[in-house]
Amino acid sequence: MSGGALLAESLAEKAPQSLKTTGPGRRKLTPYLLLLPGLLWLAVFFVAPTISLAQNSLQQGNLIDGFQFTFHIANYTAALSSYWPQFLRSFVYAGLATIFCIMIGYPLAYTIAFRAGRWKNAMLVLVIAPFFTSFLIRTLAWQTILADNSIVVSIMRSLHITNLLAVVGLTQSTRVLNTPLAVVAGLTYNFLPFMTLPLYAALDRMDPRLIEAGQDLYCSPWTAFRKITWPLSLPGVVAGTLLTFIPAAGDYINSRLLGVPNQAMIGEVIDLKYFSELDYPTASALSFTLLIAILILVSLYVRRAGTEELV
Amino acid sequence: MAVQTPTQSTKIARVGSARPGGPIRWIRAHIVPLGAGAALLYMFLPIFVVVAFSFNRPNGRYNDKWVRFSTNAWQHPCAVSGMCSGLKLSLTIGLIATVVSVILGTLVAFALGRYRFRGRSATNLLIFMPMATPEVVMGSSLLALFVMLRVQSGTMTILIAHIMFCLSFVVVTVKARIAALDPRLEQAAMDLYANERVTFWKITFPLVLPGIVAAALLAFSLSFDDFIITYFNSGATVTFPIFVWGAANHGTPPQINVVGATMFLVSLVVVIVGQVSSSRRRKKA
Repeated sequence: MSGGALLAESLAEKAPQSLKTTGPGRRKLTPYLLLLPGLLWLAVFFVAPTISLAQNSLQQGNLIDGFQFTFHIANYTAALSSYWPQFLRSFVYAGLATIFCIMIGYPLAYTIAFRAGRWKNAMLVLVIAPFFTSFLIRTLAWQTILADNSIVVSIMRSLHITNLLAVVGLTQSTRVLNTPLAVVAGLTYNFLPFMTLPLYAALDRMDPRLIEAGQDLYCSPWTAFRKITWPLSLPGVVAGTLLTFIPAAGDYINSRLLGVPNQAMIGEVIDLKYFSELDYPTASALSFTLLIAILILVSLYVRRAGTEELV
Repeated sequence: MAVQTPTQSTKIARVGSARPGGPIRWIRAHIVPLGAGAALLYMFLPIFVVVAFSFNRPNGRYNDKWVRFSTNAWQHPCAVSGMCSGLKLSLTIGLIATVVSVILGTLVAFALGRYRFRGRSATNLLIFMPMATPEVVMGSSLLALFVMLRVQSGTMTILIAHIMFCLSFVVVTVKARIAALDPRLEQAAMDLYANERVTFWKITFPLVLPGIVAAALLAFSLSFDDFIITYFNSGATVTFPIFVWGAANHGTPPQINVVGATMFLVSLVVVIVGQVSSSRRRKKA
């Protein structure tokens, strides 16, 4: 497992100074006893399934004759050569959604952190309030908003925005629903608070006097942002990117409800292999590849920030 | 995207009022809050649609075109077969998953927040991994395990899965609260001859409780709303999200919007009541 090796390599003990160092005797066991039930649950229902997924991905056979573990690495090459477009599409859509989330979430987080005053808590509630409704119901609402005869789409059509975006392949010239733009918009929408909240946390920790100091030294607002605000908000940007990109890459609700089947994301393929084609080895191979890809991403983050910041 | 800083924008605003520079100057000075306003509008647009269409009386099976106003769906929320039983099941699973994951997660959070021990980094990583794994991978790998062990999918497997993915979020939330605690409060209690047990229950636990409550709310909403992992491990069991998924494929009754609107209102009330009561307590103290 290359991702795991990367992770293990970059692990470093980095505990806060104020922690109790466990003494002799019974007390030395206390943290382990506290950890035991929770970690046991994760070991049995998270680690073991992941291992069995890896094992399944190397099996050969079919549902009737049974599956055999034959270290059939061809599952991976076959799966990747047939489904690389779906993988690529998942990562491109998730990447676009992440960028849009930063563009929308940054001004929002900035306003809450520096301008909201006593409305800070109220605005934070507003940021998460739309997400009290079910994910699926919200996505169905986007179907209505982006339908061919809706107000939003007619405005976009009359301003020729749809034509413009059709040139880069994001929409069709008259439609928005069932195009890549609709899927990306849905992903952006559904994962926006996962970007906004870490950004807010990072910006809120920042001392606003730093910007004032920069301006006293005659830097323009744009320079102040580029040299002070942005670098200091980077931990939030990185955390938000992980929290947005990972679930977006694996999501298939948005692409199923707002996109078209021939432009599926990888999650849809895995679902199809499991439930319609009953091709467990290929499904497992696809699943495991997705996991490895994500692990590599996370390990890059861990290498930068250590494990203490993760949880 | 030009980002203004607080001081700069007030400066510009003041100059603007003395020498009216037209709407463009005003927009430039307020570009960031305007962007935030637009973002909020974007976030609430689907909510307006959900609430509005709960009062619709659709012609066909799909509730996607406005026909005419009706309170029919609100009067007969359970008229759609299968929806209310799914709702009840989702609420039950949500409650049980919340209780179990909050207990297990709080214990882990105390271990991580209060003790230094060998294997700390590995524990952090193990807690983080479920949050960093795409749902489709977790759902399919659990299914792979259950298939291998020949466990029949159903309510039990859904519960196991939900407790698993709620656990990490509970740990993160409670641990943050423990880390923010002032250790001097406990030292003060010990100085006043409270033993460890009394200190824990009289000082530490009440201070951590808001974090535990927040974790419980988070766990419940995660469990209640989960679709992908549940779908992989549900067998023939139909939770509310699975019902909605089915409805998306063969007809969406306005009753779904009624549930959506109710969820929104109920959670909003819970959060507002919580906010108000905690700010009142702070004022009293």
